[in-house]
Amino acid sequence: MKEIIRAAFVIARRDFTAIIYSKAFIFFLLGPFFPVLVGFAAGNLGGQIAKEASQPIVGIALAKEEAGKILSARESLSKTLGDRYFARMVVVGDPAADQKAPQSYLAKKSDNLSVVVTGTLAKPVITGTANAIQRERADIELLAGYAQSGGTMTLPRSTPDIVVESANNDKTLRTVTAQGGQFLIFFLTILLAGMVLSNLVEEKSNKIIEILAASIPMESVFLGKLFAMLGMALLGISVWTTVGLVGFAAIGPDLPNFPMPAVGWPMFIGLCFTYFIMAYLMLGALFLGIGAMAATVREVQTISMPVTMAQLINFFFASYALTKTGEPIEQFAAIFPFSSPFAMIGRAALEPVLWHHAVAIIGQALFAILLLRLGVYLFKKNVMKSGSAGRAKDDGARRLFGFIKMPG
Amino acid sequence: MYAIEAKGLVKQFDGFHAVDGVDLKIPEGSIFGILGPNGAGKTTMLRTLLGIIDPDAGTRSLLGSDRPITQSRNVGYLPEERGLYQSMRAVDTIAFMGALRGLSLKEGAKKGRALLEEAGLGYAAEHQIRQLSKGMAQTVQLMGTIVHDPKLIVLDEPFSGLDALNQAKLEKMIRAQAAKGVTVIFSTHVIAHAERLCERIAIIAKGKISFDGLVSEARDRLRPQVHLETETLDGPWRSALPLETKSEGHWWHFTLPETGVEPLLTALVEGKAGVKSLSIERPGLHDAFVAIAGEAVAAEMDDADVGEAK
Repeated sequence: MKEIIRAAFVIARRDFTAIIYSKAFIFFLLGPFFPVLVGFAAGNLGGQIAKEASQPIVGIALAKEEAGKILSARESLSKTLGDRYFARMVVVGDPAADQKAPQSYLAKKSDNLSVVVTGTLAKPVITGTANAIQRERADIELLAGYAQSGGTMTLPRSTPDIVVESANNDKTLRTVTAQGGQFLIFFLTILLAGMVLSNLVEEKSNKIIEILAASIPMESVFLGKLFAMLGMALLGISVWTTVGLVGFAAIGPDLPNFPMPAVGWPMFIGLCFTYFIMAYLMLGALFLGIGAMAATVREVQTISMPVTMAQLINFFFASYALTKTGEPIEQFAAIFPFSSPFAMIGRAALEPVLWHHAVAIIGQALFAILLLRLGVYLFKKNVMKSGSAGRAKDDGARRLFGFIKMPG
Repeated sequence: MYAIEAKGLVKQFDGFHAVDGVDLKIPEGSIFGILGPNGAGKTTMLRTLLGIIDPDAGTRSLLGSDRPITQSRNVGYLPEERGLYQSMRAVDTIAFMGALRGLSLKEGAKKGRALLEEAGLGYAAEHQIRQLSKGMAQTVQLMGTIVHDPKLIVLDEPFSGLDALNQAKLEKMIRAQAAKGVTVIFSTHVIAHAERLCERIAIIAKGKISFDGLVSEARDRLRPQVHLETETLDGPWRSALPLETKSEGHWWHFTLPETGVEPLLTALVEGKAGVKSLSIERPGLHDAFVAIAGEAVAAEMDDADVGEAK
């Protein structure tokens, strides 16, 4: 065992050094920023377009005096309710002077009005589409009432009495935290497991693998690669976290306000980290087994796609199980090794029991070891063919699935 | 004491017997050649003996252990398919290969520099592998194979791809290692290399060992050939020549009789044959190989030899 670990660290050190000095590592580090940047840009752009395209404008076509009153009421109430609470209001005409029908104001494209208010403050008439009327009606009635009162109507001030938790918070809101944890683990796992796979394939194409296999146990080779990628992941997470915190501090938005998980934040973060490692080790070991048998990048892509899709299904399955706490489906998700890390981080957010996690982590670690051993077994059984032995049956499918005895 | 012992070793891939019941004993301290054409099973046999792959049947023992990987620190292996990390520096490559076999990286780098200096490649120590020529890269890999001072060196087709100069350097290195008491095993399909270097050989074809022993024993399987030139073409001395003798003018070619050369000489002199020249040619390893492995296998070897043998 000591030799396996020693040799694994020789591999891990080589791989880690090679990776962090490669261009690919820069892209790996930048990887998560692209969706964030794209999302941010798309959100801003979309918001701007939506704002400009559909910002409602209320046309006021009341008698001059009443129009002034309603505009004053809007200005006054906006101080309490916020400037964006009410739609923008513009005076579009005076019925006493121009005698126009409300529809003619709405028809004027340059004004872009959503509704037009005519009549009197006591009996306002709102002209517009059904949706627009539904949206603006209450506000217009409030402003008309306030305007009629001459500013004497006052809104009562409530006193806030804040509690940390409530029954609603316990279950429903913590689910948000659970989903956040699940997504984080899933995202990091998928990002890294693919890199383990391509690393091993590169090793095979370099033809180094035979030297490694002759020098140290294959368990060490696999383990070393997993360690190297894990090291890289931790480095990546440190960088992303630092950049994220600096970004938040610089830009100034509040940190997302996730409800407190049932096990508390420190334990939840620790479990997130542990389950990420477990999920990564299991998927990484699986990918290594596949990579060990695949000879070309094309074969790897062919086989890794369904595995990635399966992992996606796992993630959705565990997310679904969140809503079924204590039911058999949730228990199955917690026991099934590949969905277990996701389901268990969900539990950590929803339930305060800790011993479940100890059992799950041990089970996941054992399963990762089992997968690693299976990968080594398949590697020894199916690869390292040479000469006519290799050429005799050298098609990809047989190499990948050669361990399954096919009839005929 | 044997460096390697195998009994009834079998390895098959999808029903194809790459190694088919191999029995082999390789004594410690010898230079041992494994001869066979491409696809004979040499590489698979070596991989199985070294524990890279497990046999389907039979037993193997490497330096006294039936778990070859446990002897990793005492073994150096140069695979047929050369592979190195292209972005790694030459000295780091040697140190890394040493570290795989138990050396510390620091010690490996120190020894690596010394080996590179010795080979006249000291200037390339800091060069990346991708900056080296193919021959230089192979030399670096070879140094990585011996940097940890192994007791057993296994080289799979080591001469393949090397030019004449580098082949000679490699032969020198093999001899130097053997002089230190290291067991060197190499596979080749070029008989000339085995003939020059080996004390013992095994001949393998279609996964089976057809000969395992001293090179001299292989040669001794064939009787020496006699080439005789006489002044006269006929006389009583003719009865002393074996029945299967072939003649070309005044030349006579035949296999040395069991009785030896002296009775023949006596008959030639007394019969006044007028002996102008007489030579006894000991069969080469190629002839022995043809006799042992068969014409077809030898022809395959000859085809593969083109361009590789000196």
